Amino acid sequence: MAAALLRRGGRALQGFWRSQHSKTEPKPEALSGFNFELTEQQKKFQDTARKFAREEIMPVAAEYDRTGEYPVPLIKRAWELGLMNVHIPESCGGLGLGSFDACLITEELAYGCTGLQTAIEGNSLGQMPVIIAGNEQQRKKYLGRMTEQPLMCAYCVTEPGAGSDVAGLQTRAEKKGNEYVINGQKMWITNGGKANWYFLLARTDSDPKAPASKAFTGFIVEADTPGVQIGRKEINMGQRCSDTRGIVFENVIVPKENVLLGEGAGFKIAMGAFDRTRPLVAAGAVGLAQRALDEATKYALERKTFGRHLVEHQAVSFLLAEMAMKVELARMAYQRAAWEVDMGRRNTYHASIAKAFSGDIANQVASDAVQIFGGSGFNSEYPVEKLMRDAKIYQIYEGTAQIQRLIIAREHIGKYKK
Amino acid sequence: MAELRALVGVKRVIDYAVKIRVKPDKTGVVTDGVKHSMNPFCEIAVEEAVRLKEKKLVKEVIAVSCGPKQCQETLRTALAMGADRGIHVEVPESEAERLGPLQVSRVLTALAQKEKAGLVLLGKQAIDDDCNQTGQMTAAMLDWPQGTFASKLTLEGDKVTVEREIDGGLETIRLKLPAVVTADLRLNEPRYATLPNIMGTN
Repeated sequence: MAAALLRRGGRALQGFWRSQHSKTEPKPEALSGFNFELTEQQKKFQDTARKFAREEIMPVAAEYDRTGEYPVPLIKRAWELGLMNVHIPESCGGLGLGSFDACLITEELAYGCTGLQTAIEGNSLGQMPVIIAGNEQQRKKYLGRMTEQPLMCAYCVTEPGAGSDVAGLQTRAEKKGNEYVINGQKMWITNGGKANWYFLLARTDSDPKAPASKAFTGFIVEADTPGVQIGRKEINMGQRCSDTRGIVFENVIVPKENVLLGEGAGFKIAMGAFDRTRPLVAAGAVGLAQRALDEATKYALERKTFGRHLVEHQAVSFLLAEMAMKVELARMAYQRAAWEVDMGRRNTYHASIAKAFSGDIANQVASDAVQIFGGSGFNSEYPVEKLMRDAKIYQIYEGTAQIQRLIIAREHIGKYKK
Repeated sequence: MAELRALVGVKRVIDYAVKIRVKPDKTGVVTDGVKHSMNPFCEIAVEEAVRLKEKKLVKEVIAVSCGPKQCQETLRTALAMGADRGIHVEVPESEAERLGPLQVSRVLTALAQKEKAGLVLLGKQAIDDDCNQTGQMTAAMLDWPQGTFASKLTLEGDKVTVEREIDGGLETIRLKLPAVVTADLRLNEPRYATLPNIMGTN
């Protein structure tokens, strides 16, 4: 799997250099060492995503949030523009983009609506195990179909009894001949009710003492397999247009061809997927924070109190300054994390830092934006209360803020122990 | 019709959303490090040409840009929108300042003849100089009919019907090809470049 990761990183690197060489601005010294400049191609990707977000997502986001309706037309449009499924390799009909390019797109989409961005992100997360660990047939079959039609998929790991404690998963998969029979319950599955197939993590080793690194297996499960019972759409605090459900698996039969890598390899695959998707989640949080900052700044330039505009009051301008600090730093954090994994390196340390920091600042910045709006900020006619509600989940999903700290501590202290 | 070649001129200008600043020595505006993009009216012209190609009324869409090296970015945008070929008429940075409608229309005239284009599509004006001259001059040099400020374009056989937005309202004229048409705002809504198109893998 490490080799597969390296290959992926290598190919993304080639793509990176290819696009660098096709650039017309001659600044060869910028190719070596630190570089904060985007390539021509990356700027174009960002432009398309930005235009889509500002012109097509933003006008309808509030309505989707109110009704909770799944934004099918927007998803279809994002798929048409090539903004979805960007990680799928070119051999399966995708763009084979690295994490950095995907992050640029994600931040722009999140600026428009994080509910929609999460629905699209659900695809990337569900696909990632197949991208990093799938064999040729699995990739052609399950990734190929995503590029032919706007389909959704989902990452099914969390259960009612186990979220952070992945090793405590109870869903079981028993081998019977050439098949596995799966029994268990999953919860809080993004795209649960809309997915065409799931990446499922289940326990294959019934020995309770077996270590997590050997006890779990990753499966690809078609959503229409008999025994898959999809629960009701959960009504959440924020990102309400995203489809979150509980799913019950009752004697669901999965052929052994749908096992990823092999029995016992599941835990590593599931965690490996996170290293690639954590920067994306961080990028989403930054998109939300940037939106909150922009809305608050625009309002502060219009609204007057005590005879002056809000921005002319230092209390407000200092608040905006701190919001700006947080957004800029969070952005740099996710860019570093994405760049590290695209270079083919293990990015766990940077990815966790990016996710932890951006989740936290997104909440702070959104809350501060509501504060700057004052009474209007609390009201649903203004855009910032939605941002505050949407922001909370960034401290929870894809590894809670607390789990991120566990990881960062372990990685950091580990460096000193050598 | 199916043999028709459309030549579309695209200009690289400072992006419309940028706040323009005058240089400290007052010799012009700051362009270094400032975001540039395709002139919005040129985008509309490219979009129209690509739509005509999709309707199979035009065989080939050739985008042209005159200026320094960076014009290639603008041409790539045109290609990502669906143009078939891009021609960069390179003008060194030092001389680019003196490049105006008269020079550009001479270039377009020569290219239209060389590429055997039957339709020259341009934006009505550029947002940096607002000249509104290139289309008209090109038509005069080629001795072709012109339909400027087009808000609607219909190709039928060897004629093109153009609905123009003029001061008094709307005017409809019919031109015999080959002709020059300049695009106005309401001609169409330009598509954006999809990611596969940007990567050139489509």
